[in-house]
Amino acid sequence: MANLALGAATAASSELAADDGDSSGLLGWLTYSDGFHAPTVEEFFPPALFGEGTIFEFNRIMLARVIAAAVLILIFWLVSRKAKVVPTRGQSVVEMLLDFVRTQIVEQVMDKENAKRFLPFLTTLFLAILAFNITGVIPFINMAGTSLIGLPIVMAIWVYVLYLGVGIKQHGLGGYLKTSLFPAGVPKGIYLLLTPIEFLQVFILRPATLALRLAANMMAGHLLLVLCFAATQYFFFEAAGAMKAMGTVTFVAGFAFTLFEIFVAALQAYVFVMLSSVYINMAIEEEH
Amino acid sequence: MTALNLIVVAAEETGEETSYNPLIPANYDILWSTIIFLIIVGVFMWKILPRLQEVLDERAEKIEGGIRKAEEAQSEAAAALEEYTAQLTEARAEAARIREDARSEAGQIVAETRESAAGDAQRLVETAQKHIDAERQQAIVSLRTEVGALATELASRIVGESLKDDARQQRIIDTFLDDLEAQVSADKAKG
Repeated sequence: MANLALGAATAASSELAADDGDSSGLLGWLTYSDGFHAPTVEEFFPPALFGEGTIFEFNRIMLARVIAAAVLILIFWLVSRKAKVVPTRGQSVVEMLLDFVRTQIVEQVMDKENAKRFLPFLTTLFLAILAFNITGVIPFINMAGTSLIGLPIVMAIWVYVLYLGVGIKQHGLGGYLKTSLFPAGVPKGIYLLLTPIEFLQVFILRPATLALRLAANMMAGHLLLVLCFAATQYFFFEAAGAMKAMGTVTFVAGFAFTLFEIFVAALQAYVFVMLSSVYINMAIEEEH
Repeated sequence: MTALNLIVVAAEETGEETSYNPLIPANYDILWSTIIFLIIVGVFMWKILPRLQEVLDERAEKIEGGIRKAEEAQSEAAAALEEYTAQLTEARAEAARIREDARSEAGQIVAETRESAAGDAQRLVETAQKHIDAERQQAIVSLRTEVGALATELASRIVGESLKDDARQQRIIDTFLDDLEAQVSADKAKG
C-alpha cells in the first residue's frame, strides 16, 4: 500500500523498469504483485527524494508532513480570512473543533484563566497532530507525518520546555523543584522512594512517553494497513484458487483498520493535548 | 549516482538485519519536523487563531449586547406599563371627582334656581298684591267721590234742595259710605 503512494514513484518506477515483462500500463502496474512482502521497519525509512545522506534529506514522510501542514494552514487561513460573526457551514465546523479543544480538553484540566493563556498553543498542537495523523489514511499519502519519531519528539520537547518554563516562572527554580520532586503531605521517609520516581517522571518519562505513544501508535497503524493491503494485493492478483478468497478477508480487515486509524488519529491528538494540558497545569498549580 | 546505488544496496538487503531504529530520530527528521512545526505554530498563533478568536469574541459581545438590550427594553416596557396604569388610575379618580363635583354643582344650581324662582314668584305675588290693593284703594276713593256726587245730585233732585254746602254734603256721604262698608264687611264675615 505504502509503495503505491508518492514516494513509490522513485522506488517503484526503477523496479518496474526491470520487471516490466509481464505487465504494462496503469492497470498492469496497479495489479502487479511479485510475492507477498511483510512490511518492515524500512517502511519508515523510504528513499530520499533529495539531499540523501545529509541533514536536509527529504523523503516522502517529510513530503507528507509538508502537504499536511500546507493543507491545514490553507483551510484555516481561508476560514479565518472570511470569518464572520454569523458563521458559514465551514466556519462552524472549524469553530466546533476549536470549541472541542477548549471545552473538552483544556478547560477540563485548567481553570479558565490559565486555559486562556495556553489555549492558542494547545489548539495548534491538537490541529497539527490531527493533520499529521490523518495523512496515514489519505490515499496517495498513506503515511502519518507523526509515524516517524522526529515530529513527535519535537512536539514533546516543546511541551516539555513549556511546562518546565511556566513551572519555574511560577514557583522559581527551587520552588518548582520542591513542589514537583517533594510533593507535600507525604511522610519524610517516603521521599527516599518518591523523589527519584518523581524526578524520572518530570524530567524524562513525561516527554518520552508523549513522543513514543504517538509515534508508536501511528507506526503500528501504518504497519497494520500495509500488512492488510499488501496481503490483499497478493491474494487477489497472485495467489491461486481458493486462496484468492482470503483476499476478501484481508481487504475487509484493511477497510476496518482504515476506519480505526481515523479514530486513532483523533484519539492520539486528544491524548497528546490532554496530557500536555495536565503537565502544564501540574507545573503551575500551587500544591499537588 | 551514489543515491541510486544505495537504493539498490538497500533493496538487496531486504529481509536481512537492518540498522534502522525507529526510536532514534534521524537528524533530517528532526530538522524538517522542527521547521514544519514552527511554521504551523507561527501561522496559527500569530494569524489564524487570533482572527478566529476575534470573531468569537465579537459574537459573544453581540449576543451579550442583544440580551442586555432586550432586558433594557423589557424593563422600559414594564416601567411604561406601570406609568400608564398609574395614569389610568389617576384619570379614573379625576373623572370620578369631576363627576361628583358636577353632580353637587348641579344640585346647588338647581337649589339656587329654585330658591330664586321662589323669591321671584313671591315678589311678583307681593307686587301684584300691592298693585291690587292700590287699585282697590283708588277705586274706593274714586267710587266714594263719584257715588257721593251722584247720590247727592239724586237726593237733591228728589228733595229739591241743593245740598251744595260741601262740608255737610261730604259728611253725609262719608257717613253713608262708612255704613255701606261696614255692612259689606259684616256680610263678608257672615258669608
